[in-house]
Amino acid sequence: MERVRDRMKKNWPLWEVFVRSKNGLEHRHFGSLHAADAEMALENARDVYTRRNEGISIWVVESKHITATNPDNNGELFEPAKDKIYRHPTFYDLPDEIKHM
Amino acid sequence: MSEEQIKELEIQFEARIARDEKIEPKDWMPEKYRQTHIRQMSQHAHSEIIGMLPEGNWITRAPTLRRKVALLAKVQDEGGHGLYLYSATETLGITRDELLEQLHTGKAKYSSIFNYPAISWADMGAIGWLVDGAAIINQIALCGASYGPYARAMVRICKEESFHQRQGYEILVTLMKGTQEQKNMAQDALNRFWWPSLMMFGPTDAESPHTAQSMKWKLKRKTNDDLRQQFIDQTVPQAELIGLTIPDSDLKWNEEKQQYDSGEINWDEFWQVVKGHGPCNKERMKARIAAHENGQWVRDAAMAYAEKKEKRKTNK
Repeated sequence: MERVRDRMKKNWPLWEVFVRSKNGLEHRHFGSLHAADAEMALENARDVYTRRNEGISIWVVESKHITATNPDNNGELFEPAKDKIYRHPTFYDLPDEIKHM
Repeated sequence: MSEEQIKELEIQFEARIARDEKIEPKDWMPEKYRQTHIRQMSQHAHSEIIGMLPEGNWITRAPTLRRKVALLAKVQDEGGHGLYLYSATETLGITRDELLEQLHTGKAKYSSIFNYPAISWADMGAIGWLVDGAAIINQIALCGASYGPYARAMVRICKEESFHQRQGYEILVTLMKGTQEQKNMAQDALNRFWWPSLMMFGPTDAESPHTAQSMKWKLKRKTNDDLRQQFIDQTVPQAELIGLTIPDSDLKWNEEKQQYDSGEINWDEFWQVVKGHGPCNKERMKARIAAHENGQWVRDAAMAYAEKKEKRKTNK
């Protein structure tokens, strides 16, 4: 019996929860939870993350489907942007007479 | 990785924390930082779900519907708070199963306050006012913790918890406007919960083995004694306002320090309860383990059903 139990015992997978707090705003990552399937993940997310009118729409995605960058590679990924200041409007000189552009 | 490389990473890590940068789950961190966080965060999570037990007992006995919906919502919040904290702890590479295993075997601790019984309705007032009040002071300090997922969970919890304290205080305010018997009940609840609430902040700074390292890692932002003092200073006037007497004959206002001086805490009692000899340790663990074991078939069935549905979908 014990052995059957062990074989049976599968943990509910982890889901990431994204909530849109109101129309006009994007879905934002709110947290995560365990659930047996997507439907249960939505129900649990509703109970856990929107008890006080925090949202009007919920997305859930199983955590294993998210591919993320590795912080070890942050240098090569994100640092090159730092010296490309010509991508920002403040890089360009304007005559003083121009107030708004 | 060589020892030298680790040393170098540690120096960089300490510098990041000193600059008030947040640490996120996939960042490199010293093993001790990871373990200390797992210990403290899981202890916090366990406290939330064990904390549901003494109050859960009173939901069916709440005196009015207003009190019942409030208590129900509060206990539900605590379940949610436990979940935020378990999820945050899991980002450190430990599973929910392992965390619960540590709780059920006694390897992990939870706040000792929940090992005291809640024997009258007034205790619901005292717990909300004092226990949640103390928890909020602790948690506000932790909103600035260095580990991102912990700090975010704390922000959310603090936002939700302010009603917990108010609903508790309101219960006592109401009792203190009632009959002599009701007033006695409120005073009795304060008498029993005052000292255990002060103990919630943990041992004195001199006796707290983890404080120095935890302050350095910004896992703690204020010391146990500072937080305890803040709690006393904030709570004493609230008690006086409604006619309750703090059960501490040494308590008096210190004009020079602009804070209250208070009596010595019974630390023997504190350590006895931590070690498992409090009035309700066994009862709480028994209820928790029973809830977990009796729920196993539900979790298994839900998983089996999800797999069956998935199979049907792919067979179509």
